[in-house]
Amino acid sequence: MHYEWSFGFLLQYSKLIGVGTAYTIGFTIITAITGFIVGCIVAIASLSNMRLISSPLVMLVEIFRCTPVLVQLVWIYYALPVLIGVELSPAVAAFISLSLYGGAFYSEIIRGGIVSIDPGQWDAGRALGMRRFDLMRRIVMPQALKRMIPPLVNQAVLQLKNTSLLSVLAVPDLLYQGQLITSATYRPLETYTMIAVIYFIILFPMTRVARVLEARLAH
Amino acid sequence: MSTSEAKAPMSDVAMIELLHVKKSFGAVSVLKDISLRVPRGGVVALIGPSGSGKSTLLRCLNLLTIPESGVIRVGQSTMDFTNGHKLPRDKELAAFRARTGMVFQNFNLFPHMSAMQNVMEGPVTVLKVRPDEARKTALALLDKVGLKDKADVAPDKLSGGQKQRVAIARALAMKPEVMLFDEATSALDPELVGEVLAVVRQLAAEGMTMVLVTHEMAFAREVADTVVFMRDGVVVEDGPARQVIDTPREAATRAFLSHFHSGRLPAAAASA
Ligand SMILES: Nc1ncnc2c1ncn2[C@@H]1O[C@H](COP(=O)(O)OP(=O)(O)OP(=O)(O)O)[C@@H](O)[C@H]1O
Ligand SMILES: [Mg+2]
Repeated sequence: MHYEWSFGFLLQYSKLIGVGTAYTIGFTIITAITGFIVGCIVAIASLSNMRLISSPLVMLVEIFRCTPVLVQLVWIYYALPVLIGVELSPAVAAFISLSLYGGAFYSEIIRGGIVSIDPGQWDAGRALGMRRFDLMRRIVMPQALKRMIPPLVNQAVLQLKNTSLLSVLAVPDLLYQGQLITSATYRPLETYTMIAVIYFIILFPMTRVARVLEARLAH
Repeated sequence: MSTSEAKAPMSDVAMIELLHVKKSFGAVSVLKDISLRVPRGGVVALIGPSGSGKSTLLRCLNLLTIPESGVIRVGQSTMDFTNGHKLPRDKELAAFRARTGMVFQNFNLFPHMSAMQNVMEGPVTVLKVRPDEARKTALALLDKVGLKDKADVAPDKLSGGQKQRVAIARALAMKPEVMLFDEATSALDPELVGEVLAVVRQLAAEGMTMVLVTHEMAFAREVADTVVFMRDGVVVEDGPARQVIDTPREAATRAFLSHFHSGRLPAAAASA
């Protein structure tokens, strides 16, 4: 089999590729942050004794953990608007599903980090007269975060990969732009090779950082 | 004291008062109707075999453990757990705890903070003291426990004795009305016990109201006014320290004390 590789034509699509990269990274950062917030809320609720709040949240987390993101994405875009009677743009649907999907996994990481803190630390903070929020903010979270960072970075790596599913809803992420370029040029080999390389260039350093942090925080 | 001490004014003097405190974990009744009073400036040593409920009682005093019934008063604040009373909210618990200092067997210093930051944490976060002011107080307290030069050191770089002295300074920074010690020297190498006891001894001399759970009988005999012997969640015997330790009335107390050498404390390493 013979194939003439030629990447030169991609240069004229550099703007599209740039936009796609920006969408991919932007969505990752934004949904990592909202996902982390969702995760914190779920983790703290599930650790509290407030059954009324925690049970539905835990249920929700299980749903998001046990169904594929792609299914969630499509469901939130097509089915949720019917239920709530509000039209969702593809970007908003993507934002919601990636935030909740990320949050489901972050919440487990956060919960694990929090319960790994020695009960003596809680005692010491309480004995000083700290209230719940201060105890979390000043004593528990600073110590727990350190332990959570490596798994959180790993989850962020997955989060970034999951953004490739946004193309299904025609959100112009990296993969979607690749599809556009392919249909315009009929050169999928070069296009998808380049897309893969860009993902790799972004993610490889992230996994390295996670590795280094893991080693550094292990002891 | 004269015979008039049994009259009403005594309760005004008591700094800590426990009435009919009960606590169980599951089916296990750990505190069975405990009543106790500690006068202002009094030092009570709580002794007893493992599992007798000493830690639980101490933790009830600052509500780290919530009793299921009884009344607890420290200074001006009273918490009533008798039937029909609502459980205290987070805010009320915090306010109550802020007035008592507690020192733990395993120090429980905050590992992500320096010695100084450990001592400043309560005043700054709970009492909203200005940081520069809190720093001054913290430095004075570290000086008091002989650790002024360790102010910027992280807890994991300190010896056990030094950690415990920082923990004492941290508790004192809240200007507590009472100090509670739960086996403050049990986790220490023998040669480090003295430096911690010296600090406790100094606090007693300054008139701090204290409750000490301890296995250091010689120390209890020397520093405490009152010794309370507990077993299986009840107070078996209490009285003047020397009397309880030297000539216990109850057989159970005698049996417990026979496990300890009656030797005196070695002169404490003067580090405070
Ligand atoms: N949080 C808890 N949950 C269940 N049981 C508990 C809890 N805390 C204490 N207990 C039980 O209560 C009993 C009394 O414990 P406590 O720690 O008060 O004893 P102690 O006199 O301090 O003993 P030690 O000298 O070993 O410290 C023990 O049987 C213990 O197992
Ligand atoms: Mg104990």
